[in-house]
Amino acid sequence: MTVSIRALLGACAVGAICTAAAAETTITVATVNNGDMVRMQGLMDDFYAKHPDIKVEWVTLEENVLRQNVTTDIATGGGQYDVITIGTYEVPIWGKQGWLESLNDMPADFDVDDLLPPIRGGLTVDGNLYASPFYGESSFVNYRKDLAEKAGITIPDAPTWDDIKAAAAAMTDQANGIYGICLRGKAGWGENMAFLTTMANSYGARWFDENWVPQFDQPEWKAVMTDYVEMLTKYGPPGASNNGYNENLTLSLQGKCAMRMDATVSAGALTDPKQSEFADKVGFALAPDAGLGKRANWLWAWSLAIPASSDAKDAAKTFINWATNKDYIALVASKEGWGAAPPGTRTSLYSNPDYAALPFAKMTIDSINAADPTNPTVKPVPYTGVQFVAIPEFAGLATSVGEIFSAALAGQKSVDDALAEAQALALDEMTASGYIK
Amino acid sequence: MARAVSPRRKFLTTLAAWSVALIIFFPVLWMILTSFKTEVSAVASPPQLFTADWTLENYAEVWARSDYPRFFWNSVVISVGSTLLGLVIAIPSAWAMAFVPGKRTKDLLMWMLSTKMMPAVAVMIPLYLIFLWTGLIDTKIGLVIALMLMNLPIIIWMLYTYFKEIPGEILEAARMDGASLWNEILYVLTPMAIPGIASTMLLNIILAWNEAFWTIVLTTTKAAPLSAFIASFSAPQGLFYAKLSAASAMAIMPILILGWFSQKQLVRGLTFGAVK
Amino acid sequence: MATQSSRFAARLMVAPSVTVLFIWMIIPLAMAIYYSFRLYRLISPDRTGWVGFRNYSWFVNSPEFWLAISNTLLLVGGVLIITIVLGTLIALLIDQPVWGQGPLRILVISPFFVMPPVAASIWENLFMHPQNGMLASLALGLGMKPILFMENYPMASVIFIVSWEWLPFATLILLTALQSLSSEQLEAAEMDGASAFSRFRYIILPHMTRAITVVILIQTIFLLGIFGEIFTTTQGGPGSASTTLPYMIFKQAIAAKDIGRAAAGGIIAVILANIVAYFLMRGIGRNLDA
Repeated sequence: MTVSIRALLGACAVGAICTAAAAETTITVATVNNGDMVRMQGLMDDFYAKHPDIKVEWVTLEENVLRQNVTTDIATGGGQYDVITIGTYEVPIWGKQGWLESLNDMPADFDVDDLLPPIRGGLTVDGNLYASPFYGESSFVNYRKDLAEKAGITIPDAPTWDDIKAAAAAMTDQANGIYGICLRGKAGWGENMAFLTTMANSYGARWFDENWVPQFDQPEWKAVMTDYVEMLTKYGPPGASNNGYNENLTLSLQGKCAMRMDATVSAGALTDPKQSEFADKVGFALAPDAGLGKRANWLWAWSLAIPASSDAKDAAKTFINWATNKDYIALVASKEGWGAAPPGTRTSLYSNPDYAALPFAKMTIDSINAADPTNPTVKPVPYTGVQFVAIPEFAGLATSVGEIFSAALAGQKSVDDALAEAQALALDEMTASGYIK
Repeated sequence: MARAVSPRRKFLTTLAAWSVALIIFFPVLWMILTSFKTEVSAVASPPQLFTADWTLENYAEVWARSDYPRFFWNSVVISVGSTLLGLVIAIPSAWAMAFVPGKRTKDLLMWMLSTKMMPAVAVMIPLYLIFLWTGLIDTKIGLVIALMLMNLPIIIWMLYTYFKEIPGEILEAARMDGASLWNEILYVLTPMAIPGIASTMLLNIILAWNEAFWTIVLTTTKAAPLSAFIASFSAPQGLFYAKLSAASAMAIMPILILGWFSQKQLVRGLTFGAVK
Repeated sequence: MATQSSRFAARLMVAPSVTVLFIWMIIPLAMAIYYSFRLYRLISPDRTGWVGFRNYSWFVNSPEFWLAISNTLLLVGGVLIITIVLGTLIALLIDQPVWGQGPLRILVISPFFVMPPVAASIWENLFMHPQNGMLASLALGLGMKPILFMENYPMASVIFIVSWEWLPFATLILLTALQSLSSEQLEAAEMDGASAFSRFRYIILPHMTRAITVVILIQTIFLLGIFGEIFTTTQGGPGSASTTLPYMIFKQAIAAKDIGRAAAGGIIAVILANIVAYFLMRGIGRNLDA
């Protein structure tokens, strides 16, 4: 948008009469303030050129605040938004509630069959696609190759947890502010619990058994928590219990994290010389395993959906088609290079030779394909979801458990106490919610 | 206190007072300095007070990324509107309580203050629903009403304490001259109370400007003020210290400048009846 | 002096504000009471019903409840003590004849104009961050380990940040009180040979009682509801170490989307606020009477 159009919009919002907008449909789009979404707002000229009859109003908010506002709106039928940005956790639950508009009737050029199958599966309930992925991600390991070389170690493309621990120990150089490993420590179901749940999957642990009984009292969880706390305490950055995705990414861009396990989507930033002076020294590896057949990688997609309460569904679909289409990916690539293209949504992107040449492309698609939401754990579970449990109660429960685990990381509780507390809390909650009869 | 002091003592107290003031102000200063740095120098260690590569890039980027003028205008309308509406309702009440006090006036005042004690989060959903049903959601008039009601007890209390210090004899003299009640308020009381009203107004504009819960919960686009603007810049990805500083500076600068210029007026009436 | 008709007029003039405030208070309160006895989770709307006092008992029996109560009182008390003590000292200092009084005051009151989320994020990111904060750099420069503010001293950090925000308010009110003190009285005491301390103790302090009372009252009202600064900085943690009652309610309302429990927590918070108000009025209320 140019400044003059902005000024006009401002005047429309202030004045009671706004004739210029009479023939237009205005849609309100709610998004998180992640880099890829912000980039989209900068490319709106292309959308307006193609669809001059639709005007887009943005609500850009920090993830937690956005989630709070969008959930309140959709659960009360507020109808304030026409397009919302939600994740793979919300889509199936909200779709089942009838809160979202089905996207089965998208135009042919949307090419629904091009969507990556695991991502598409996560956004579909009973044959209805309820959201279109804007970018998808799994998780993997990024590390500084120069530090690994200096320490005389190699990190395999498919490491085990023992490899990771050894590498973390070898690369740590506290005196110079280099930390061997950065993992999420900040409490939250989408923060430390997303990481810990995938780590647990690879260790053979699980949230619930087939009868929804919490499993925090099992030895597998104890192994997970013991290793996690030990790794971060010995080799992690001080204050790790307050570090989430953003904080660890910042430390990695500054080169202070020798190694980090987090979302694949950050690869674009890590290899961008404008954002990091270590861009040409970054190496990638798959998320580790413990030899039990499951790797610790997750599956997530920030997706665009239309609330059932929207009164401009057609315009909203037009917008979603523009924002998640192959053409949009090509548009970003033409303006800012392939590294900036939103990853993890379409098969065609990964068969494109220009994109496949990027150092993280293959690792990303392999990680995404390796994540199986319908069969996430070593032992059988009654739930779907890799780094979350797809039930409405999970967000609240996992946030409380996340607080307990973050206290254990901060050294305020022993691992045993934390696990016992988590078990009691989860048992209580699952009983109160009627899962355990 | 206009006592004569030795230049030496004045020098020492000046030094001490300025040191303290600079320490208190330093975070704001540091934020402003950071907003002119590149992201890399913003996190440089050891920290640099001034950098050679200072830039306006952060402001340009923040400006390009969001519709700042609209957020700004919404903040102005909401904070000034809620304050003026509050004054219209509060001035007669405060007058009545100050000059025709009843046995229960004190209790009434305390009750009014106590309406501020309900934690906002606890009534988030009820109020959201009320705003939804009445169509006030995401409207400036809705926020004007909400913030006015939130601050009304403070407005009334400030005015009440200020009015009470106006000697009653003046009013009685006016009454003997046959002035009607409204004339009495309009021509006798109000001019005398201008400093009190001015500082009440300023304080409430500041409180309304800085409100950052309801202004985010009850708005989406049309009525969203600067608190929502800042919520779109906190915790993004990657290095963000300089951009966050620039956005923060843009959010607080208008009210900071207003506060600096009106400091005298603000202080004059900000007694809450504490001076007797 | 008040006649029958002026009494009637006074009632009429008080009526609008009392009416709107009553509506503003009673409707949300009634709805909160209603929801507090209901099972109402935003995210699972099909499961509803009356649950008696279960929401209340969940709240009170929650392992973090008493911690949250004591953290709330700690926050209010801590900020009050810091702002009043420092506020008095600063007021005494800047009330002295100094060069540049105007600009000096502007600097001192500046934090009051900073939006609370901005204040919290400046402190957290630019100063207290363990790797990139200025205090960490200073510590490293002095050869010490950076302090982990949010991890090891979460409550103290929150109290510190909130105190910084409210210090100007306290200072201003205390300063206005100080300025109204007649200098003859002080000079007389000085000539009688009273020490600086006893002048402060027996003349200045009694004179400022009323101002201190006002600061306590107004700040308590605002501080009891604080959670934005906690949300921005520690998010109530690590664990529940910096969870206050409003933040505990916030977690129920936002993370768990449990409106029933949040409403029950809100009613408990109102009861707590009233208890605090009762002791406040008994303790210092008489200072307010003219």
